[in-house]
Amino acid sequence: MNRNARSVVVEGLVKRFGDFTAVDHISLETWPGEIFGFLGPNGAGKSTTIRMLCGLLRPTAGRATVAGFDVARRPEAVRQNIGYMSQKFSLYNDLRAIENLRLFAGLYSVPSEVVSERIQWALEMAGLTGRESALTATLSGGWKQRLALGCAVLHRPPILFLDEPTSGVDPISRRQFWDLIHQMASEGVTVFVTTHYMDEAEYCNRLALIYRGRIVALGTPTELKQRSMKGELLLVEAEPLGPALEALQTAPGVLDAAVFGNALHLVVAGAAAAIPAVRRYLSERNINVARLEPIRPTLEDIFVSLTTRHEDGDKEQSQP
Amino acid sequence: MSWHRLAAIARKEVIQIRRDRRSLIIVVLMPVMLMLLFGYGVSLDLKHTPTCVFDREGSQQSQDLLKRFQASEYFDVVARMDNYPALVEAIDSGQCKLGLVIPHDFSRRLATGGTVGVQALVDATDDNTANLIFSYTEAVIGAFSADVRLDWLRRLGRGGMQVPLTVEARVWFNEELESKAFIVPGVMVIVMAVIGAFLTSLTIAREWERGTMEQLVSTPVTPLEVMLGKLGPYFVIGLFDTALCAAVGIGWFQVPFRGHLSTLFVSSALFLVVTLGLGYFISVITKNQLAASQAALVATFLPAFMLSGFLFAIEQMPAPIRAITHVVPARYFVSLLKDVFLKGSPLPELTDQLWPLAVFALIMGTLATLSFKKRLT
Repeated sequence: MNRNARSVVVEGLVKRFGDFTAVDHISLETWPGEIFGFLGPNGAGKSTTIRMLCGLLRPTAGRATVAGFDVARRPEAVRQNIGYMSQKFSLYNDLRAIENLRLFAGLYSVPSEVVSERIQWALEMAGLTGRESALTATLSGGWKQRLALGCAVLHRPPILFLDEPTSGVDPISRRQFWDLIHQMASEGVTVFVTTHYMDEAEYCNRLALIYRGRIVALGTPTELKQRSMKGELLLVEAEPLGPALEALQTAPGVLDAAVFGNALHLVVAGAAAAIPAVRRYLSERNINVARLEPIRPTLEDIFVSLTTRHEDGDKEQSQP
Repeated sequence: MSWHRLAAIARKEVIQIRRDRRSLIIVVLMPVMLMLLFGYGVSLDLKHTPTCVFDREGSQQSQDLLKRFQASEYFDVVARMDNYPALVEAIDSGQCKLGLVIPHDFSRRLATGGTVGVQALVDATDDNTANLIFSYTEAVIGAFSADVRLDWLRRLGRGGMQVPLTVEARVWFNEELESKAFIVPGVMVIVMAVIGAFLTSLTIAREWERGTMEQLVSTPVTPLEVMLGKLGPYFVIGLFDTALCAAVGIGWFQVPFRGHLSTLFVSSALFLVVTLGLGYFISVITKNQLAASQAALVATFLPAFMLSGFLFAIEQMPAPIRAITHVVPARYFVSLLKDVFLKGSPLPELTDQLWPLAVFALIMGTLATLSFKKRLT
């Protein structure tokens, strides 16, 4: 595939189920070799979007092309060029691992001269060498997940859609799975992956934050962190914490204050000026400050910040 | 259409059938069990009817008449009573189904050339059986009566006189008048209906229920390939069961088979297309195994049982029901099988039954092909 051609192009895509708008005018594009993350809470519209891109659901409005083919008009051409892993494990549990692989090799018309080589490769990748004749039902979560990935890439598709591929899988298996995703991306495959794990989102080259069917932010993880915060972030470890939070919420120069673990995160306009001011403000109120320093925001900070801003916006709009 | 993909689906389906004990039982044991159950359990023949007699005369001639009943395989004289209430009691208690009363002046009236009435009491709780008992009784008494008349004429000096008309009945195609001979074809219809519709009704529904459908439709496989790949194995199983039923029927129950095996298989194949298509269609529409299997049984098993002419003769059904049987594919298949087994009819003589089956096959095949869409809803 041409590395300079966009692999997925989405323009104003909408999906309505009756009165409910699951996906609301989203637009995005991906490039070969890119890991594109779709981050959002359950019910935000991630799976619905992926299903439309795989030609499994017909869009209500808007347009999407995958590998250059329109998903509504040429779904079969799209399917030949993609691998798809659905959110729920959907291989055949009553088939052996190798039988599942053979089935999908057949369904994707993998040429017979390379079938055994590809299956061998998929087995190695999934770490299933030696267990190929185990019934799929007896495999543990991580193996099942990697087997499903193996089945989805037997035909070497240029684009891979993974819908929450690591949900319900232990941390080590998750790590292994992401290594595989990175390896495929380095070979030029576009990996379109949904997740609600913030730490996984950090592995993506670019991210779209989706909330209530809308993309609320789009960019590289670093860009998102820089762009989306209204100011700079401070970490405060104080004793006692409750009165500290209460005091800081109304303190001058503090834009936002929230509990994060056993500390507070403050959003301020400028860190340099705010640090001495906050320290003074707290000591005046007999609150002991153990730590006070600027930190880099995590995606979780961004996500909380963006979605609360969105909800506030919704509230303002809905007020008469 | 890609053979690669079709074969992949078919192979997968075969593996799944092989690993599913329920399917295997239905495929292998059910036909044999149905055959044995119906072959032994359902007999529509009337033989050895238990009979009680109250002979008020006890003469040589009355004994002659009773001997004729005794000699017939249709009657067994199980008890002799010496009063009328005892006879009534025997019928009431179910000891016998037929009670015969011979009047006290039986031989005297015969000797004078008069008419004698022999009373027959029949247990008519089952009207069909009662009708048969009546006609068999009439036949035995009629034969006796004709002999008496000849005897009487001879004694009047008119020797050589013959009864002007006799019926010489000759039964064709099922000479022994055994119901087994048409129960076997009937069971085959039921087996085909269950294999064809019941098993296949689960195939698509199962994939929706287990979530495997989502992965399947994300591949380039076409609806036609899915259908043919899934139904192919069941088609082979259906033909295997045809052979199994025929073997049990012919080998064990000694049902005559006068037709050609190829005729049997061509017609079975046609009927299978109808039931497979129907089962698949139901499966696609319901997307739920329980609903699909219920619907498949109602749509195939029940009509095959009640309306195909297997257990109940179509000619004796009320007109509206008889009209309904015209849209029951099993009806044509039952009639076809009877002709193949008992008459030995070759294919060209069976067009009356073949063309409706072909029409059904076309309709069901089309419905099945068009129904499956590769989209989630």
